Amino acid sequence: MEQSVALKRTPLHAVHVSMGARMVDFGGWEMPVQYTGLVDEHHSVRKAVGLFDVSHMGEIEVRGPEALKLVDYVTTNAATRLHLGQAQYSGLLYEHGGFVDDILVHKVGDQHYFLCVNAGNQEKDFEHIRAANKFDAEVDFASDRYAQIAVQGPLARRTLQKLTPADLASIGYYWFRDGTISGAPARIARTGYTGEDGFEIYVAPDESPRIWNDLLEAGSEFGIKPCGLGARNTLRLEAKMALYGHEIHASITPFEADLGWIVKMDKGEFIGRAALSKQKEQGVRRKLMGFEMRGRGIGRDGYEVRANGLAAGWVTSGSPAPSLNKNIGLCYLPSGEARPGRKIEIMVRNQPVEAEIVGTPFYKRSKTA
Amino acid sequence: MSYPGDLRYTKEHEWVRVEGGVGTIGITDHAQKELGDIVYVDLPKVGAHIEQGKSLGSVESVKAVSDIYSPVSGEVTEVNENLAQAPEKLNQDPHGAAWLVKLRMSAPDEVKGLLSAADYQAYVGAES
Repeated sequence: MEQSVALKRTPLHAVHVSMGARMVDFGGWEMPVQYTGLVDEHHSVRKAVGLFDVSHMGEIEVRGPEALKLVDYVTTNAATRLHLGQAQYSGLLYEHGGFVDDILVHKVGDQHYFLCVNAGNQEKDFEHIRAANKFDAEVDFASDRYAQIAVQGPLARRTLQKLTPADLASIGYYWFRDGTISGAPARIARTGYTGEDGFEIYVAPDESPRIWNDLLEAGSEFGIKPCGLGARNTLRLEAKMALYGHEIHASITPFEADLGWIVKMDKGEFIGRAALSKQKEQGVRRKLMGFEMRGRGIGRDGYEVRANGLAAGWVTSGSPAPSLNKNIGLCYLPSGEARPGRKIEIMVRNQPVEAEIVGTPFYKRSKTA
Repeated sequence: MSYPGDLRYTKEHEWVRVEGGVGTIGITDHAQKELGDIVYVDLPKVGAHIEQGKSLGSVESVKAVSDIYSPVSGEVTEVNENLAQAPEKLNQDPHGAAWLVKLRMSAPDEVKGLLSAADYQAYVGAES
């Protein structure tokens, strides 16, 4: 492979290579796409526990007397409703209503917010937030200070609990706590991108190889597997979680992406509000919908979607779903065609293949205490 | 996995085994590893004429779909029907039971231009 620019590496790069992971270029980062096999890794997360290096994700910290005002102004969700130790999924938008990124906002203190952002967007996000900073707040690019590891699956809590004195059972979904893991300071968030219970932990980069190995040992009795980005993608797709660059990007608004729930129009002024307000008034013209293939084939990213034999939309993500034994995907369709049960055709390598619009998420875990 | 010495290889990661005037064609172990879990295999019909370097079908994994380019020219005499029901065989035995098609070769000299096992091994070893 020719490389004009050196790929960035996470602090766990050497660990992945020594464990035999297959490394690929993911948005400028050299990341493990799989270890033993995508489908095996996928099932280990659904049935037991899996470990992901997500240190390529970016971190931005906002501090100061008006930190909350800035965060609330640049995001779509209501940051004002966050309690200390709570996390929130949110959108960063342009004035025209399209996505800059989708992010997680953590309230660390009354004057301190911690944002987790997508790897490929981190510089752009930082500039976007800084440019909007007309408040008494400081925006700090913090990615170099954190490695991030995701421990995901029904046995994630029991695995991680062995390494921390923090009572993990008392951390609710989308809450976090600052504590220690293997004796090292860690931010422990009950969040994830797999549709399972689990945790995303933020630690110092130089501590991350030791913690990674401790986690593998702690989870060995449960059959823990290191997992690559391949499994991460099939897991998030089954749970219908958006991926920047696919379901969402600069030309897509939250209403189109079925993410109206992260937009709080009544919270006051925020970037993109006027455009969203206008879109709400005029009606959303296209919608993100789930589909299942009925014919033989897989509708993949970028494939054309036809309704009544005519081009009507495009696939944003598509894959076999290992937990469902079906080929699934997400696509944009005109609002008038966007209803479950609607038969569509997807152009798979120039051949129309039958598919059907279905309700989402495709996969929902059974809730346990 | 080592690459069998009786096969010839392409830089697109196919192999051919020549016996008499018939070439048996498959994809390499490197190819199946790159693709990951294979879910579909599309092959030509018996009787189809395939030119060297042209697509003779495709292999699709959970992650991606990839064309298979024929290492040699000829007429398809047999396709491996087992793969339709058990595409995962391609992940398990790519140089053996999971061959794809057999061709009656129309230009046997084409084989001379293909890579030996040692050359192919060096090629994939160098590829990053």
